[in-house]
Amino acid sequence: MADQRSDRLIIAGFGGQGVMSLGQLLAHAGMLEGKNVSWLPSYGPEMRGGTSNCNVIVSNAPVASPIVTRASALIALNMPSLDRFESAVEPGGILLLNSSLINRRVEREDIRVYYIPASKIAEELGNIRVANSVLLGAYIEARGNVKRESVIMALKEVMGPSKQDLVPINERAMKKGASLIRELTN
Amino acid sequence: MAKVLMKGNEAIAEAAIQAGCHYFFGYPITPQNELPAYMAKRLPEIGGCFLQAESEIAAINMVYGASGAGARVMTSSSSPGISLKMEGISYIAGSELPCLIVNIVRGGPGLGGIQPAQSDYFQATKGGGHGDYRMVVLAPSTIQEAVDLVMDGFDIADKYRNPVMLLADGILGQMMEPVEFKKREAIDLAEKTWATTGHKGDRPRNIINSLFINAKELEDHVNKIYRKYEQIEKSQVRVETYNCEGADLIIAAYGSTARIAKSAIEMADKAGIRVGLIRPITLWPFPRDSFKKWAERDHVKSFLTVEMSKGQMVEDVSLSIEGKKPNYFFGRTGGVVPTPEEILGEIKKVMGGTRG
Repeated sequence: MADQRSDRLIIAGFGGQGVMSLGQLLAHAGMLEGKNVSWLPSYGPEMRGGTSNCNVIVSNAPVASPIVTRASALIALNMPSLDRFESAVEPGGILLLNSSLINRRVEREDIRVYYIPASKIAEELGNIRVANSVLLGAYIEARGNVKRESVIMALKEVMGPSKQDLVPINERAMKKGASLIRELTN
Repeated sequence: MAKVLMKGNEAIAEAAIQAGCHYFFGYPITPQNELPAYMAKRLPEIGGCFLQAESEIAAINMVYGASGAGARVMTSSSSPGISLKMEGISYIAGSELPCLIVNIVRGGPGLGGIQPAQSDYFQATKGGGHGDYRMVVLAPSTIQEAVDLVMDGFDIADKYRNPVMLLADGILGQMMEPVEFKKREAIDLAEKTWATTGHKGDRPRNIINSLFINAKELEDHVNKIYRKYEQIEKSQVRVETYNCEGADLIIAAYGSTARIAKSAIEMADKAGIRVGLIRPITLWPFPRDSFKKWAERDHVKSFLTVEMSKGQMVEDVSLSIEGKKPNYFFGRTGGVVPTPEEILGEIKKVMGGTRG
């Protein structure tokens, strides 16, 4: 039987944390690998200081509903996102949270939770704005069915000629996130 | 050509440009703004014309004028804006002019909301504007299909000299999927000898008109248009059927809702319930024969129409299946999107006989 694996993500955070681009990179990378992908942003009347989120599906089968109601993974970049979407993670799913901005533990025992100090790592790398890439690298290491090389390729395509100088720091951020997962799992 | 990851609104715009549409007139409204924004950037680069009009009414009348002059032309809007365009659409249909109108539907009535909905089905398929006329209404469920239907839509409009509407919703407008802009075979379309291009005295003048003061003349004109509609009904129906063979229940759904229904069908399958899907791609002409054919099958016990509205297409489904099987309805509206779990719940209720 063909591998019908389908990864369904909710990625959420404050506006400006790179939530939408994190999702787009993942979808783009999936596409480059010939997978079926979709990316769906929330575009509702979100409150200032509230959450912005997107749904991403990377699947070996064609994507039916692009809406993620039961997520195989949640990437939460801030506290309101965790509060809102924690329950949407299906049992056996994973939750990656930005522990720099989220100071509570997750009580659920039926999912795997990774506490990633993404904002702190990004600051240490010299650019707070690559916190999303730390989490993306961590996600790919933990569960993703796309390769990091594909994400880098997608990044190069999305960034355009004027922003190519930002590719290396994002790559470093992803590697850092991935190594953190390896430490946590070992 | 390789696939590219694009937002629905932008992909629709690019498809229109590749189909040779170099004229766009519109007015901003969420959730379709990326479409005119894309046009505003791209059309000047290729010598086309993007114009943000002072209102939707002005924009549709600019479409009317450009189409009368023989241009391949389009406009786009979302529900409240489409209501404003309706007078112009009726005039365009009455004057037998081709154009593409894109409606990225949001919740209504009134100013409503900005979230996805399908509550403009009646408006799109049953008139909207005044008078005896029809629009060909195309309802994509993926961005790739939206791209393909935009390209086909212009050809259908030209072939029959009639407005064509692409009816999608906020989900399709906002989401991103991989798309491919396929090179298409050129279609043999009649020259637009009727266009008002200036005759310089070497041919009789062309007049674009929808006014017929004499009742008999107007009746003849409308009958002539309706003979075209008969041709369209015979040759332009498009429908997708999925998993219907052996199904106990058939879901009727279009657009984004059909995709959500497919997820529910997969879940039902795992629960041992066999459910099929009939997805109209043309909402007008409606795939009546397909529904009738499946309604006549013994294994099909009932239909469940699912829409993001209070029930509009459900009426066409009932008309098509002619009472042969019960047709239940489930809908969410106002911008609330049904979940696969909810639809599965309805499937179970219908199968368990607990739906009245």
